[in-house]
Amino acid sequence: MKRQVESLIAWLEDRTGLPGAIQSFLDEKIPASGGWHQVFGSVAMFLFLTQAFTGILLAFNYAPTPGEAYNSLRYILTEVTGGRLIRGLHHWGASMMIVVVVLHMMQVFVFGAYKKPRETTWMLGVVLLLLTLTYGLTGYLLPWDNRAYWGTVVATKIAASAPIAGPYMTRLLGAAKGVGVVTFARFYAVHVLLLPPATMLLILAHVYLVRRHGVTPQPGDETLPRKPFYPAQVFKDTAAIFIAFAVLFTLAVAAKAPLEQLADPTDTTYIPRPEWYFLFLFQTLKFFEGPLEIVGSTILPGLAVLALFAVPFIDRARMVKVTRRTVAIGFVILACIGWGGLTAAAVMSTPREAVAQVDYSAPTDWIQLSPEEMAGIAYFRQESCASCHSAGSSLGPDLTRTAIHKDAAWMIRHFKQPAAVRPGSDMPPVELGDAQLNSLAAFLLKLTPENASALAEAPDFAVRGAVVYQAGHCAACHMVNGVGMKVGPPLNGLAKRQTRSWVDDHFANPQKLSPGSIMPPYQLSAEDKKNLTAYLFTLPE
Amino acid sequence: MASALGLPALAYLLTPPKSKQQKLWIEIGELNKFATGAPLEVAFRRNRTDAWKVVSEKDTAWVVKRADGGVTAFGPQCTHLGCAYHWDDGRQQFLCPCHSSLFRIDGSVISGPAQRPLDRYETKVENGKLMLGRLGTATERRA
Repeated sequence: MKRQVESLIAWLEDRTGLPGAIQSFLDEKIPASGGWHQVFGSVAMFLFLTQAFTGILLAFNYAPTPGEAYNSLRYILTEVTGGRLIRGLHHWGASMMIVVVVLHMMQVFVFGAYKKPRETTWMLGVVLLLLTLTYGLTGYLLPWDNRAYWGTVVATKIAASAPIAGPYMTRLLGAAKGVGVVTFARFYAVHVLLLPPATMLLILAHVYLVRRHGVTPQPGDETLPRKPFYPAQVFKDTAAIFIAFAVLFTLAVAAKAPLEQLADPTDTTYIPRPEWYFLFLFQTLKFFEGPLEIVGSTILPGLAVLALFAVPFIDRARMVKVTRRTVAIGFVILACIGWGGLTAAAVMSTPREAVAQVDYSAPTDWIQLSPEEMAGIAYFRQESCASCHSAGSSLGPDLTRTAIHKDAAWMIRHFKQPAAVRPGSDMPPVELGDAQLNSLAAFLLKLTPENASALAEAPDFAVRGAVVYQAGHCAACHMVNGVGMKVGPPLNGLAKRQTRSWVDDHFANPQKLSPGSIMPPYQLSAEDKKNLTAYLFTLPE
Repeated sequence: MASALGLPALAYLLTPPKSKQQKLWIEIGELNKFATGAPLEVAFRRNRTDAWKVVSEKDTAWVVKRADGGVTAFGPQCTHLGCAYHWDDGRQQFLCPCHSSLFRIDGSVISGPAQRPLDRYETKVENGKLMLGRLGTATERRA
């Protein structure tokens, strides 16, 4: 076996030279000072490859047009096996890549590794940082939800404000008439067609230059023997990659990548916020108003990028030990404090969501239920029915099994006197009024094995809102999801027609806002009003 | 790491997605408008879920009311290569114009190249109205 492997390697060496090239790559001598601080480049490369892999997988199920993008992403998240994990890896991988690329640059900066003859290696690194940020900017639009749309509106407006280049930038971004299909096509093309090959080419050039000039030695290294890249440094790089992957995988599993409602260009209440790594720019903009705005939007960021490129030409002093590079260390600390302070200020100035939001990254089948069925979910939760009636529980039958469903009248009799209807039943009577029991029965009759987990996703504010709707007998005049009367206007699509504050005020005094309305006034508690309005605003058109 | 990425990727690409439930039964019309032993092609619209889209599309079925009062509804495509066949009144057979496959009124093959009987819809009659369900092979429907 060993001989066969050796002859295969010999054959490959003869035909391709690959084994020899790998060997010389691993045998490369690095300075004695090499170590853990030099792992970030390898981790960044690994994260780039992970992004490429998960991006390709997403593209297999993603339709890149504004009309379809959102629905196809929801399909990936709610129906495709592993879709949520793949999207989570891509979403959190993007953030981690920014973190690791910046850590890599900070390490190079602090150690002065950009100095002669490594100026071009540094400058290529700056370009790679800008490409990484461009991935973030262009990828942000692709889910085509409200967050993506409004964030991109702001980004394109900033580009438009650039002196001289502004109008050209706007046209280049396809946003001359606002963010739309052309903007989307261009962002997608840049994200998947332009950036990946450019990144690969630049990484190759970057790695070539690292190899050409060797890993940067520290003062004192000249007296110590150099060591091979393999195995000590390879082990450190691999361990760092493993840790990064473990963090990424945990984030992808444990933290939901956000998806808001479908982009709505008419939503005047949406407050856009950029991704966390751009928040410092967003906050900087607040310091410059009116004609000075371009200072924050273009001039300062432009100067910062120029300064980054110029670093090797500004600092041309000879190499000193990292512990003596106090100016560089102080600069990095100041930059971190500045960035952290601006980001924290932006986070603190973000208004808390005044109203509950629907998680559109999960199934939203509950939106199709009638208010009566929705209220049934509230009673189902209130009475803790699932503690006995769930798949796998031996205490009560699994209520999703349609084969055991009986009619509503039977169920209500059973709720009231379980043992009388099913002799031997241990179930305690459900102590609710008739209307509530009707709701509970209506919901249970909707349950199937297929929709149970999706209906369990119904947010609390919506089911509580439906309870208020039922208690107020709103269905006597209004229709929701095809159920109810048509005396008043149907309430589906209310979010498109009215503002929340209008609806809130309308409950208290309908005639004031709708002269001639026969709707009685409702004195709802603040909590009930909030839940009811939020529920009504989730109803589709 | 390879398995943590590779296995979800394989599941992502190879396992069928959870499908959303669509309205299964389509009402075709009064059963008594069909004459016994005279196949009739009926057209109807049904919603088909195509990943994230629900497409409303025209579909057809050949409906045969049997002498025993039951009803069979055949899918409109020949089981050879999917051409649309028709009922030949003179020969009292289903004839496929593409490669001349012939089927009896019960859907069984008289002569090839088709190898298996015509596909069938699930059928049921409610309040005198014929309803069609999913399309499947004759073997599935008999099972």
